[in-house]
Amino acid sequence: MDFTTQLLIAAISAGTPLLLATLGGILTERAGIIQLGAEGLMLMGAVTTCIVYIRSENLILALLSAVVITALLGMVHSFLCVTLRANQTMSGLAMTLFGSGLSAYLGKSISGIPLPGVSPKLDLGALKSVPVIGDIFGRMDYLTWFSLLLVLVLHLLIHHTSWGLHLRAVGDNPATADVMGIRVQLIRYSYVTAGAALIGLAGADMVLAYAPTWNEGLTAGRGWIAVGLVIFARWNPLRALFCAYFFGALDSLGFRIQLLGSVVPSYFLKMIPYVVTILVLMYLGYRNRNKPSGTPESLGTPYVREQRF
Amino acid sequence: MSSNTGSETAVLKPLPDKGGKWYSLRLEYDSSRTRSPWWTPILSVILALLLCAVFIAANGMSPLVVYEKMFRGAFGTSYGFTETMVKAIPLLLCGLGIAVAYRISVWNIGAEGQLTVGAMAATAVTIYFPDLPSFWSITLMLVFGTAAGALWGLMTAVPRTHFGVNELITSLMLNYVALLALDYVVFGPWKDPKGFNFPGSPMFTAAQSLPVLGSTRLHIGLIFGLVAVLIYYLMIKFTRWGYELRLIGANPTAARYAGIHIRKHIIIVMLISGGLAGIAGMAEVSGVTHKLMQGISPGYGYTAIIVAWLAKLNPLGLIVTSVLFGGLIVGGYSVQTIGLPSSISEMLQGAILFFLIAGDMIHRFRVRRNA
Repeated sequence: MDFTTQLLIAAISAGTPLLLATLGGILTERAGIIQLGAEGLMLMGAVTTCIVYIRSENLILALLSAVVITALLGMVHSFLCVTLRANQTMSGLAMTLFGSGLSAYLGKSISGIPLPGVSPKLDLGALKSVPVIGDIFGRMDYLTWFSLLLVLVLHLLIHHTSWGLHLRAVGDNPATADVMGIRVQLIRYSYVTAGAALIGLAGADMVLAYAPTWNEGLTAGRGWIAVGLVIFARWNPLRALFCAYFFGALDSLGFRIQLLGSVVPSYFLKMIPYVVTILVLMYLGYRNRNKPSGTPESLGTPYVREQRF
Repeated sequence: MSSNTGSETAVLKPLPDKGGKWYSLRLEYDSSRTRSPWWTPILSVILALLLCAVFIAANGMSPLVVYEKMFRGAFGTSYGFTETMVKAIPLLLCGLGIAVAYRISVWNIGAEGQLTVGAMAATAVTIYFPDLPSFWSITLMLVFGTAAGALWGLMTAVPRTHFGVNELITSLMLNYVALLALDYVVFGPWKDPKGFNFPGSPMFTAAQSLPVLGSTRLHIGLIFGLVAVLIYYLMIKFTRWGYELRLIGANPTAARYAGIHIRKHIIIVMLISGGLAGIAGMAEVSGVTHKLMQGISPGYGYTAIIVAWLAKLNPLGLIVTSVLFGGLIVGGYSVQTIGLPSSISEMLQGAILFFLIAGDMIHRFRVRRNA
């Protein structure tokens, strides 16, 4: 295997949690609710997976628990933002703080214990022997395949179904959607909850495919990178795929360069994804300064139906 | 609904009786009720304690024991109380910076990184100018620490003003960059050669350390914090700059029409915000740890966000809440003695924030009945 193939494999493996979290963010923000709790949700997803997997040794159960717990947290976020019309930024920050605190607290008992297994790989049989393609696709686990499928499903959902039309309407102009008889609050609740569950799944993927044991704060800002990726991908699932793999490649590039014995200290290589996030967003901001950025128009503003007093 | 136009001569049928005297109750949202009652923060803290008690109990510990331990550890002894005050200093400085920025709705969540680079810059002074007399040494450290923090704040402000990048993401990314830079210097070029391979800078000399109160660890940084709060209060209240900030905060559109340069103000508040966090970092290395090392901040920058928010950006409130949260951090340390992680305090902080933002909104709803 040459360097490029290796990098591609590493990019996909490091990019999958980013992709899942970005897709979750896209779903949430398409409905017009800002989701800054991604870091906390990923941590909660990761720690739940670890605890349940170690205690029960049942992978499916572990994944389900992670999804359920983070969906519940998503409901908290939607209750605050949709029903109470609270400040969405603040609610997201609270989610991140609460999630990192609670995950550290819960994970204390299983810290450093290796998981009983990793996410199983999908066996492609004869395809495995094909060079390059077999190398790349032959080692992808179920979650990676699931994330690829999800990209396609979400793309079709958002752009080619009436549900997607309703979702975009609610994110762009909830008042009009409301007049048209779309149930704004219900749609917001569902998508925020589903998005949070996906972000939780991203956390689960991090421990299953990437770091096979729980460590406090193991996401190391990837939740925040995903928040940036949502903007980077312009709220579009197909773009999210490329953006997430690009960042996955950056993430693993530093690691690869270290292996090649570089003179640059590893700390600077680890900075690459964070710095590139800022630079990419600046570039996009500069390039699209007179163009629409693709932001759902009512992102961050709670919807209040007019009422008589 | 019956039309009542007068010109119509249609016979008005009585509305069908819905039966009984049940009025339909409904919740109404009144956006004019922006002032939440004074007891909401207190209630949020209590509810957060109750919520976290559930998690603690679920983990097989008695919440009462844990909370008592936390409270005693933070406020029960004179040592605990001075420790709480020591922790309150960086919270006050960072929280003040966040409050200044939030006055015009700029979210600085990068105080953690700004504090870190401030501490690094102050340490750089001790490394490269080791033999300065006390006054010059401290002054230079203060200047460099402030400048480094302000620069870090500027790196968040410029993408926001000139490239339209959300400052939340930028400031957070820069936190990680700052922490990695800190790791680099303490493991690499600034590592103490006599430190038994421990990642940290050499110990500061007495000339490079801030004066402390008696035999406690409470250092002069407290004065920095109180002076900064006083200046903030006077500036907001009595200067043109403060007036412009209040104007932008109240109505950005009107402020823009009035010819106020919002861009300029965003840059200024981020410089101040970063500078204050930089001072906090300098005070932390020079007053408390006396050396630069990993984990210089147990999340001060994040806790300060809640401090600022809980205080509703009010100067006096900032002082009270930073002491309270200083106590929460110290209390978090003291539960470690009974084998619990100190992350309990972080969990509590998140929960307090949840209840706080919920409480701010809940009283805007009124139950009304349709007669």
